[in-house]
Amino acid sequence: MKKSDFIIEVNHVSKQFEDGKYALNDVSLQVKKGEFVTILGPSGCGKTTLLRCIAGFQVASSGEILLKGEDVTKTPPYKRPVNTVFQKYALFPHLNVFNNVAFGLKLKKEDPQTIKKKVRKALKMANMTGYEERKVDTLSGGQQQRVAIARAIVNEPEVLLLDEPLSALDLKMRHDMQIELKELHEKLGITFIYVTHDQEEALTLSDRVVVMNEGKIKQIGTPTDIYNEPQNCFVADFIGESNILSGTMIKDKKVQFCGQVFDCIDTGFGENKPVDVVIRPEDIYLWKVQGDKVQSDKGPDAASQADLDEEDRVPKGKFTKWYGEVQSCIFKGVHYEMRVLTPDNYEFLIQDYHEYLPGTEVGMLVRPEDIQIMKKEHYIYNYFEGEVLKNGKVRFIDAEWEVMPQQIAGLEPGEKVQVRVPFRSIDLQDYEEEGKLSGEVHFILYKGNHYHLTIRTDEGHDLYVNTNDVWDDGDRVGIVIPKTEILISKADN
Amino acid sequence: MSKLIRIFSSRRAWAWPYVFFLMLFVVLPLILVAVYAFTDIDGHFTMRNFLKFFSHSEAIQTFLYSVMIAVFNTAICLLIGYPAAYIMAQEDFKTPKVMAMLFILPMWINFLLRTVATVELFNMLGLPLGEGALLFGLCYDYLPFMIYPIYNTLQKMDNSYVEAAQDLGASRWQSFWKVIVPLSMPGVYSGIVMVFMPTVSTFAIAELLTHNNIKLFGSLIQDYITTTDLLNYGAVLSLVLLVIIALTSFFGDNDDNGEKGGMI
Repeated sequence: MKKSDFIIEVNHVSKQFEDGKYALNDVSLQVKKGEFVTILGPSGCGKTTLLRCIAGFQVASSGEILLKGEDVTKTPPYKRPVNTVFQKYALFPHLNVFNNVAFGLKLKKEDPQTIKKKVRKALKMANMTGYEERKVDTLSGGQQQRVAIARAIVNEPEVLLLDEPLSALDLKMRHDMQIELKELHEKLGITFIYVTHDQEEALTLSDRVVVMNEGKIKQIGTPTDIYNEPQNCFVADFIGESNILSGTMIKDKKVQFCGQVFDCIDTGFGENKPVDVVIRPEDIYLWKVQGDKVQSDKGPDAASQADLDEEDRVPKGKFTKWYGEVQSCIFKGVHYEMRVLTPDNYEFLIQDYHEYLPGTEVGMLVRPEDIQIMKKEHYIYNYFEGEVLKNGKVRFIDAEWEVMPQQIAGLEPGEKVQVRVPFRSIDLQDYEEEGKLSGEVHFILYKGNHYHLTIRTDEGHDLYVNTNDVWDDGDRVGIVIPKTEILISKADN
Repeated sequence: MSKLIRIFSSRRAWAWPYVFFLMLFVVLPLILVAVYAFTDIDGHFTMRNFLKFFSHSEAIQTFLYSVMIAVFNTAICLLIGYPAAYIMAQEDFKTPKVMAMLFILPMWINFLLRTVATVELFNMLGLPLGEGALLFGLCYDYLPFMIYPIYNTLQKMDNSYVEAAQDLGASRWQSFWKVIVPLSMPGVYSGIVMVFMPTVSTFAIAELLTHNNIKLFGSLIQDYITTTDLLNYGAVLSLVLLVIIALTSFFGDNDDNGEKGGMI
């Protein structure tokens, strides 16, 4: 057996449920000894399933899980050197605190003196000394949580799995417990795998964060990587707040968005390639300008140095600047959060320690290193596989669509075709029955001047739609595609 | 007039019919039993009836025998009922509703009819009536009362307890004995009380299934009560039985704090 560098290796693990849906879809993850890894994602993203596969409560449909280099994919939970802290604690109500913590040791038939010593030590670690004789249902949520942690660590596991352990606690308690968990991790020196939907918790606690969505890993990285360099729109949107805009990578270190060219530090995207640009709200500098400055904007050098001099906080240098008018300003405790609208209707979310009241003309700039560039996962067109029907219609995404006759000229019924529909061309209706298909708004991304929506049809197809209308997550919609907008070409094979 | 309406429309007024019913059919008979037990045939206070019971070896023997039959019946019901309830409560068990229905179906038929049918069954198969037939009949009648409370507690039990036990190193067998069984005890207590108590006072089933050869305490009480001059003695036997039942239900309530109880 090869000694592995990793304590846990998850290799291409998938978990498919009886209804055919994937809870995990080809997930791979390596965890080093002593690491604090957080699996972060919205509910239903598969994070708990992944944890349960590592704990042994669920068996992966395919792929393998190694613990210390040993294949445990099908090993029952009681034979794995891992212990779990459950979301609802799952303390045994018929046992007192001492016997709950001693449960694992008694099963191992350790002698009573050792058990007593170890339980004491574990309870001390969890700050629960003196509660040995208490019944568990007389304890508060935070105390039960501590007992659950003591019950897990008393067995000296190699890996401690924590399934949203703090989600049932109130905010203050949660913060205290976060600090305690971090300290505990340092004291014990064992590997922690922590599942949460709370991004702040993930960024605070972990050495590495695994962001998951829809059964897939979207990004793995240190908290700063995840925050500063999101690799895709999902991560950028899910972690913290961000301005996500469509842009074009003109060449290395030059990106165009919002009608201007900006310096950036990213390379390797190619020339004139569509990209998504992410700017965090706190990375945009603001200053007040005179009204005429907005009009006199003629590109990067148009703004004089004069208006920058007024504000010492704004970095000096040759930065691309752009202008807009403050639309709203909300006090958020430490900072103010402002929405700024540019003359060409791009909206920016900006956080600043200074207050700029609505109506104020402001200048904006961002440092090149604060511009994060992401490859676009898809752009302009939805692509579908389709089939020409006898009645002159084309079947795709489980419906029959009327198309312009010239689109299918020269194509035989039954022929497989590729269908393209521009994001802009799909109409969404308030009433499901007004559309040919119905579906649900699945993911919303605000792109500065429009919304980029992912619509999941009832048949399970994803459509991308660009729109200026405001929709909410989970809204039911009718889907209409005008026949003039459906582009057909012969399938490649 | 408006006062009357107010009285009758208050929610408290709705309880009166039930209070009246309970007084007339529960409390009053209990008082009567006690009064008869402490009086002689002419209505004078006496302790002689009790003295008679404690020196009447046949009555005491019948009583002990009834308790023993009830204990056996409860034990058999528990041994058959617990595994049945456990299997039905398993998540991957596909047809718990059908199973539950099959168990509950015989309860829709009057128990006397069922008992008569059991007698016929034994006759048809050429099996002798007697103690064995009695236990079979009792078990057949009372098994559902054991299964349901246990099934209810098991079904409501959070699966994470079992997972926690396995996570801490318990095999399936160990997690069954150390977690599932202790946590299902409220249901077991309910089941025991619901089977044991009615079995002790059974009489019709015993008469039918044993051709009146085996007398249970219930039959004995019936015999005395229906004999006019021994009515007071019958009352004593009833009172003894009541005290025993009260004690068993007290034992059942001890660990059963309502919330976890599995009574149907």
